[in-house]
Parts: sequence; structure tokens; C-alpha cells
Amino acid sequence: MSDPRTSIIDERLRNVRSIIAVSGGKGGVGKSLFSSTLALILAESGRKTGLFDLDFTSPSTNLILGIQDAKPAEDKGIIPPKVHGLEYMSIVYYSGDRAAPLRGVDISNALIELLAVTIWDDLDFLILDMPPGISDATLDLMRLIKKIEFLIITTPSQLAFETVKKLTNLLSAQNLPIMGIVENMKTGNSQNIREQACKLNLRYLGQIPYDQQIENAIGNPAKLLNTKLAKATKQITQRMLHTRKTDLAN
Amino acid sequence: MHEWALAEAAVAAASEAAEKEHLKEIAEVRIRIGQLQQIDNEIFKFALEQLKTGKFKQARFKVKTVKATLKCRVCGNKWSFDRKNLDQNMVEAIHFVPEIAHTYIKCPKCGSPDFDILEGRGVWLESIRGAK
Repeated sequence: MSDPRTSIIDERLRNVRSIIAVSGGKGGVGKSLFSSTLALILAESGRKTGLFDLDFTSPSTNLILGIQDAKPAEDKGIIPPKVHGLEYMSIVYYSGDRAAPLRGVDISNALIELLAVTIWDDLDFLILDMPPGISDATLDLMRLIKKIEFLIITTPSQLAFETVKKLTNLLSAQNLPIMGIVENMKTGNSQNIREQACKLNLRYLGQIPYDQQIENAIGNPAKLLNTKLAKATKQITQRMLHTRKTDLAN
Repeated sequence: MHEWALAEAAVAAASEAAEKEHLKEIAEVRIRIGQLQQIDNEIFKFALEQLKTGKFKQARFKVKTVKATLKCRVCGNKWSFDRKNLDQNMVEAIHFVPEIAHTYIKCPKCGSPDFDILEGRGVWLESIRGAK
């Protein structure tokens, strides 16, 4: 017996040109804030963009973006609603504000189900906000999404970077593309992460300063786009797009 | 019509299996569906009929629903899924993402949400039969 849902995932993502998994291994490094801001910036720049919150047990992009009443439509599958210019998908449509206490096998099944039945429109970018840890969701995406690329986010902490090393080793061993690394919540002038990224052959895409005001922007995309985080993310996005253009030219 | 998306997946998987087994014409495809999916069988079968083309033109799709059995990890209690204790929104949420059962269902004996779905979730391509 085989699970037929995995056979349709490529088809579901056929019209998505670029799939970026924002990963980091450690929790609390800012994946959800960065994913949400990156998605908003890409959409603002005129690129058709989707955001899929894959942190099923602790989803937060809905809170960051202030999404309350949106619901997917149903037509030969699930059609993500358009919110703040993004096609937005999250398990919160079904769990609401209740806990979703899922074990690994359940996370895997829920992920496969949603990938199999979600009908994305023609998209330039689909941003995946990854859960912390290197487990089911990461392994399933590595297995199921052929055109996936990883963008790694860390803090200046060596503790966070140690997990980045492990994630990088895993992805590199599988020949999976890593777009680069972003250093979030930067406070000093240390070059430590940049130098270590270089040693790992990771492209250092930029740094985001620690922003004490960020909490005031939660739930308000217009405010979010005016934060230091957004300003730095815009530069990182430009670098990322420029790098991609150069790669394509070569 | 979420059933349509799952029917497309079943036909895609059956096509892959037919390719692997070098089948030129398919006579029968057996599919198992977990009760937790709460699929409308009529819509699912209708979608399968609409989607069958090429070597599947003459194929008969046999769909079997497998009852959902849950087992509590805390007290070991086993019980069957029953939608009658759930409101319409909960039933609909579980229909779209069956794992959301963990959000709305608790062990009837000890109240824990920590249970295993022993059987009765997912969609499975059970077998495919045809001529080479």
C-alpha cells in the first residue's frame, strides 16, 4: 500500500517558481517574524507571494500579520485566502486559538495532507515558515518538495549557530540548496557569525539589528514594514534577489 | 470538494503504480480511506470517475472506508471515533486536517489529548490490477 497524497504534491506546486524554507533549527531566533516580513516585502515589490506557516504546534505568523477572519475557500481543494497581498495558509484556520498537541507522525501527516490539498495560485515565491528543530517537517520537505531552497536564520549566539552547523551539514550532504544565512537580533559588532558562515561556505545575506520596538508592530503589517527589522530585511531581500539573478545568469 | 483533491492524488498514485508495473490497461484500483478523513464517498467516487482517462478508462475504483480507532497513550484506553460528540466546526476542521482531532478529541476515560490513531486516517492505494 502507498500513500497517494505524496504523488500530487509536485503538481500542486507546479506554478510556484521559488519555494524558500526559512529554517534555523533553534526556536526563538525569529523565523516567523522574518518569514512574515520577507513575504510582505516580496508582495509589496509586486511579486506574487504565498506564506505557509508550517509551525503546526506553535503557529504565530497569523498573530504577526494580524489575521483574524480569513478562511480558505474550497474548490477541488483548499484555496488559501489572500491577506495583505499574500496567499496565506496556516493550520490556525482549523485549530483556532486552541493547542494542537501533535506528535511527529501527526505533524508529518498533517503536512502531507495540506501539501496535497492546498491549491496555490501562480506564485513567484512561496515562503515556508519552518518549525524549530531538525525533525519531521524538515525531513518531509527535503523528501517531498523537489525545488525547495533553504534560508537559514540565526542569532549571534553560538548556541543557535551550533544548530545551524548541524542543519547545514544535513542539507549539504543531501545536495539541497542553501540560499544563505541571516543573522538576526544583532547587538554588537562581532564578526563571529559572518566568519563562521564563510567557513561553512554559507552566503552571509546580512544582519538584522535587535529591535526593542518590534512588539509594538505585532499584528499590524503597515507598522511592521516600518521597523528596523523590515528595513534590514529589505536589504537582505535585494541581496537575495540579486544573487539569484547572478546565479541564473551563470 | 476537498474530496476532488484527494481523488486527484489517488489517480496520480495509481498512474505511477501502473507505470512501474508496466500495465497498459487498468481493470481495478482499490483505495482505502480512513474514517477520520470524513470523506463524502459519493463525491469522491464521482471525482474518480471524472478523472479517469487513458489506460484508466475502463477501470473500476473500489473504495473502502476504514473505521478510526484511537488509543490513549496515558491510560491505554482504546475507542472508536464518533463525530456525534463534536460540533459542526470541529467536524469540518477534522475533515480538512484529520490530525486536528488532537485539538478537539480527548480520551473518554482519562481526558488526555495524547492518543495514537491506530487506524482509520489517511488515504491509501491498496492495489491496482490490469493487463500488461
